[in-house]
Amino acid sequence: MLELQSVSVSYGSIRALREVSLSVREGELVTLIGSNGAGKSTCLLAISGVLHPQRGRILYQGEDITRASPFEIVRRGISQSPEGRHVFARLTVAENLTLGAGPRRDRAGIERDRRWIFELFPVLQERLGQLAGTLSGGEQQMLAMARALMSRPKLLLLDEPSLGLAPLMVQTIFEVTRKVRAEGGTILLVEQNARQALEVADRGYVLETGQIILEGSAHELKHDEGVEKAYLGG
Amino acid sequence: MPILQYLAQQTINALCLGSIYALVAIGLAMVFGILRLINFAHGDMMMVACYVAFFLAATGLSFAPLVVLTIVAAALLGILTERVAYRPVRGAPDVVMLLTSLAVSIFIENVFIMVISPVPRSFRAVSPPFFDTVHKWAGVSISNINLITIVATLVLFILLLIFVTRTRVGVSMRALSEDLLAANLVGINLDRVIIAAFAVGSAMAGVAGILWAARLGKIDPLMGFIPLLKAFVAAVIGGFGSLAGAVLGAYVLGFAEIFLIGFLPPVLSSYRDAFVFLLLILVLLVRPHGILGSSEREKV
Repeated sequence: MLELQSVSVSYGSIRALREVSLSVREGELVTLIGSNGAGKSTCLLAISGVLHPQRGRILYQGEDITRASPFEIVRRGISQSPEGRHVFARLTVAENLTLGAGPRRDRAGIERDRRWIFELFPVLQERLGQLAGTLSGGEQQMLAMARALMSRPKLLLLDEPSLGLAPLMVQTIFEVTRKVRAEGGTILLVEQNARQALEVADRGYVLETGQIILEGSAHELKHDEGVEKAYLGG
Repeated sequence: MPILQYLAQQTINALCLGSIYALVAIGLAMVFGILRLINFAHGDMMMVACYVAFFLAATGLSFAPLVVLTIVAAALLGILTERVAYRPVRGAPDVVMLLTSLAVSIFIENVFIMVISPVPRSFRAVSPPFFDTVHKWAGVSISNINLITIVATLVLFILLLIFVTRTRVGVSMRALSEDLLAANLVGINLDRVIIAAFAVGSAMAGVAGILWAARLGKIDPLMGFIPLLKAFVAAVIGGFGSLAGAVLGAYVLGFAEIFLIGFLPPVLSSYRDAFVFLLLILVLLVRPHGILGSSEREKV
């Protein structure tokens, strides 16, 4: 479904990604783990078209989207819940969700998805008229995910959804991730919380200083000695 | 004149002046909010609108369709400047965008000076005679043009409020001015939102132009500069980039100007602009981001 072929991204003279190749198949939950500054977010921003790679290609459903605009990419069915949530703080929860529906025009479908979102995150329904900036951190994270889901993405990119959240909230977030996946969603999950990520994922990639150093099934990675030492605190 | 009547009279004058500043400041704030571009050519939208109105009046067109056509022309000019001048430098350093808008302004003004004439034209042919009818009420006089200015501005505020809260492109505009990355990630079509901002802002400047010229009775190619400067001050006082701030700042400025003229000794009242800018400095010393402003955000 999604394939990165030797993608390199630089910020000025700093190379954030070097020759990264990875793929996500339809219906899979793939996780990208690695420490702070390894280039995980850069990778997702490149897929979303916010950053354009200097080299390499990004293919989505067989088509080259390397140079496509973010707007075009959302329309094709890839949406992202970014690191740090980035909810529109001065807009209401309802407005955030409406914007998440983005270029969609099917009113009935949007309404159905809103109900589905409220099933996943009941608290958002209670907060509809509230400004997003007044939500708690966990609620903002839910809103960021809900907003990304409102476009009915074929591929959902989640960047650090559990960062800075209380353990109970982390459980909720992973629970929802699992549900979305169970309903046929394809997900690329970036996480520092490698243990949890490998719990829910099918496959994983390990990114270190901009390069993929390891890939394999979630099971393999969980029991890999290097991964255990570096990322699982074993 | 008893003090109460005097205050009421000056309040009406201040409301009128503030309304015109607000109509100009909104477009300025809108474009700045999403592009971090200080659009020096914004005052020229007023000026061009007035000339469009002037020439349309010469064809014998009646006032109502004339106003509609003028507003449309202003909106189209706003879109044109964006397409031709600002889109190519979008995302460039602030200084580049600033100089571009200055160039656009100088270009438009000089085209009008060369093609039409630097000599002021009378606006009497445009503004209908009933504009000047004055109503007296309990010692306070209010002319039709004053009433129209206040009411038209109020109506436009309501339309603007509906636009930014009830329409997709309006909500997208607020989203874009708040967070560029998130706006990108939810698939907001930046071009469309930016075009809308220029169109709406310029249309409002067009209305402001007609109201301004109707009060002065004449138009000239450089007439946009003073209102632009005042609108800029208003937007900064209120918190640059914020629409509510621009409106608030405009009325603060309107009241400050009118009451400074009223209360300063005659010797000093011709220095009113100096006092206005002193006010700006004082506000910025206390609140560097303006009355309603927040700290810096990302730009497109």
